Amino acid sequence: MNWIANNLDQVGQLTLAHLAIALPPIVLSFVISVPIGWLANRLRWSRGILRWSSGALLTLCVLLYAIPSFPLFVALPSLIGTGLRDPVNVVVGLTLYGIALMVRTSADGLAAVDPDVRESATAVGFSGWSRFWRVELPLSAPVLLAGLRVVAVSTVSLTTVGAVLGISSLGTLFTDGFQRNIPAEIATGIVVTMAIALIIDAILVLVGRLLLPWVRATSRAGGPRTSRSVKQAVVT
Amino acid sequence: MNLLLDAIRWVFDPANYGGPNGIDTRSGEHLALSGLVLLIAVVIAVPFGYFIGHTGHGRGIIVPLSGGVRALPTLGLLILVALNVGIGVVAPVVALVVLAIPSILAGAYSGFEAIDRRVIDAARAVGMTEWQILIRVEIPLGLPLLIGGLRSASLQVIATATLADYVSGGGLGHFLFLGLQTNNYPEMLGGSIVVIVLALASEGLFGLLQRLVVPAGVAARQPKDVRLRPVRSQTALG
Amino acid sequence: MFTAGRGRLVALGAVVVGAALALSGCASGNPLATGSNTPASKTTLIVGSQAYYSNEIIAEIYSQALEAGGYTVNRQFKIGQREVYLPQIEAGKIDVFPEYIGSLTQALDKNAAGGTSDATYAELKKALPSGLSVLNKAAASDQNSWTVTQAFAKKYNLTDIASLKNVTEPITVGGNAELETRPYGPTALKQKYGITTAGFKAVQDSGGPLTVKALVDGQIQLANIYTADPNIKSNNLVALKDPDGLFLPDNIAPVVSKKVDSKAAAILNKVDADLSQADLVSLNSESVNQQKSAPVIAKAWLTQKGLLK
Repeated sequence: MNWIANNLDQVGQLTLAHLAIALPPIVLSFVISVPIGWLANRLRWSRGILRWSSGALLTLCVLLYAIPSFPLFVALPSLIGTGLRDPVNVVVGLTLYGIALMVRTSADGLAAVDPDVRESATAVGFSGWSRFWRVELPLSAPVLLAGLRVVAVSTVSLTTVGAVLGISSLGTLFTDGFQRNIPAEIATGIVVTMAIALIIDAILVLVGRLLLPWVRATSRAGGPRTSRSVKQAVVT
Repeated sequence: MNLLLDAIRWVFDPANYGGPNGIDTRSGEHLALSGLVLLIAVVIAVPFGYFIGHTGHGRGIIVPLSGGVRALPTLGLLILVALNVGIGVVAPVVALVVLAIPSILAGAYSGFEAIDRRVIDAARAVGMTEWQILIRVEIPLGLPLLIGGLRSASLQVIATATLADYVSGGGLGHFLFLGLQTNNYPEMLGGSIVVIVLALASEGLFGLLQRLVVPAGVAARQPKDVRLRPVRSQTALG
Repeated sequence: MFTAGRGRLVALGAVVVGAALALSGCASGNPLATGSNTPASKTTLIVGSQAYYSNEIIAEIYSQALEAGGYTVNRQFKIGQREVYLPQIEAGKIDVFPEYIGSLTQALDKNAAGGTSDATYAELKKALPSGLSVLNKAAASDQNSWTVTQAFAKKYNLTDIASLKNVTEPITVGGNAELETRPYGPTALKQKYGITTAGFKAVQDSGGPLTVKALVDGQIQLANIYTADPNIKSNNLVALKDPDGLFLPDNIAPVVSKKVDSKAAAILNKVDADLSQADLVSLNSESVNQQKSAPVIAKAWLTQKGLLK
């Protein structure tokens, strides 16, 4: 473990670089996915071509997620015109993965809002816009949060692959440690990456408790009974 | 776009088939590796998941633990294991099994937890033993969510198994490494396309399976069954 | 997928030790020096390196030597591919880059003939695009080799590549995937020397620790490992002699932009004149076996050679 003591500076620098790459995709994919998920959900209830396009939208997301990460990072610069060593490549790539996970969760979360509740909201005079903000979004929030937590954890972990492009992150410790055969360096990279992921996850849980106080109350009262589609949304 | 066309041309070029480095051989290796990984992951994760789902015990430990495992970077793990066990399929199998476990585990126990408690109570009331409840009620009713977990795991494993050939583990990663190192981008992109096709095929297969395993009685009832019930947030990681 | 190799092999390359560290730790470069040898205008030179720890140590040596000579150095280390950094040198975005003469010549001219170190160096000078030049080459070279274990070499009395014919058991070859397609790969062994190999195992670490381990464990018998790799010594490996020049000589030499004036060139030439093969192996060994960082290794070497006071 001597290596860590001698290289604390470097680990600190790389941790900051890692966060700078990992945080924007987490926020961006959430902000982008919720509207798309809402759209996919609306289309799901329509007919014909529109209904079909909802399925196509969700399939597209699966397709995104199926792209192996390192060729994506290599191909992106030529697609979006950035330099090969630009951290933006990784940010864009990770945002795409985040969207791939989050759109489906958003659509399913919004779909799980009880139609009776939705109708009641309309009946008491909510417009479409305010119904979304004041009824549908809060009611689907627990599922959205659950999805966001998955996105956050996997994004922090995938950021290491940016090392492929020569972009500094904790992944640097894997590659350098590998070349020089220093297992302590690789292990440090793994442990710090996991620690960051778990800290961000804990923060999200905390924010969830503050913003969604009703979730704990109902889940305690209701026990682990959960609708299938909601569960499905979360098993990613 | 030219690059994409070249890549598609590469995929359909008969010269790229046959032999140890043919697309067919490499795809076969890729699928065999992914299948083996899923099998091992199921053997490890499902019993744990069922135990948690049935008894409710161990949730507090296993769920955060599997959340932590999700954060484990596959690449780092692969390298670390390979430095210890050497080249071949062992290191990729270990790294990918670790990748697959959280999703399958979550599918297994959330499948049980999604079952209406009244159903379990009713089963108990008609005199079923715990084993009978497990085998006749919980496992069949939990199957669709378990398959959902398998579906996610399979997608991740197929996409990530490209790393295997880094340590001589075979599979489609060959084309990605070779293409990148010899500046043959059509080959690299073509290899990725084959990976994506395999991943989508797995999606389709598991999607179909998921529909098939819904018990007839449940399927008929299901549309009405959708009720809002905020999911416990731990489920996300679990 | 993180190739430790040099040059085009480095594509997937490792992101190496923090340039950040190098920047924060060493960029101080004595800017307050007011000695008589400080140039009138403080020239800033950008030094680049590959994502290969050994290349980075050399880049760090160049940087510190230039700083001692009164230049300000901006370090742009761990750039993966030659295709990425060559244009940047041509465009004047990087001024100094440690290179390997054979690999670079081959990258610039696919039909390069190679030959001796001097012939390759002459060929490189011709092949370089305008705006780029190469300074003196060092004696130190870090080139491809066919390497076996000492036990294997003893058993079959192996000395040079051609003697692989003595081997009576199947030979499995290990190396990066592209080794199979290279002009010095298994096909060349067959055509040039009539040596049949039994199979190929791809290990994408450019002769790094995994390849070495596979060789030592007997999973492969013949591997492509760089000659300056300290693992050759520490694992009792033997790099087979290459009297026919199957591999191009890869002596180290800096490729520089026009911004490098005669004074800076003299500093770099002095460094290369002092860099022996034994030095390079020991520099690498300090990084791999003693786990020291590039700036520390570079400083110690320069001090020992009297290039840094």
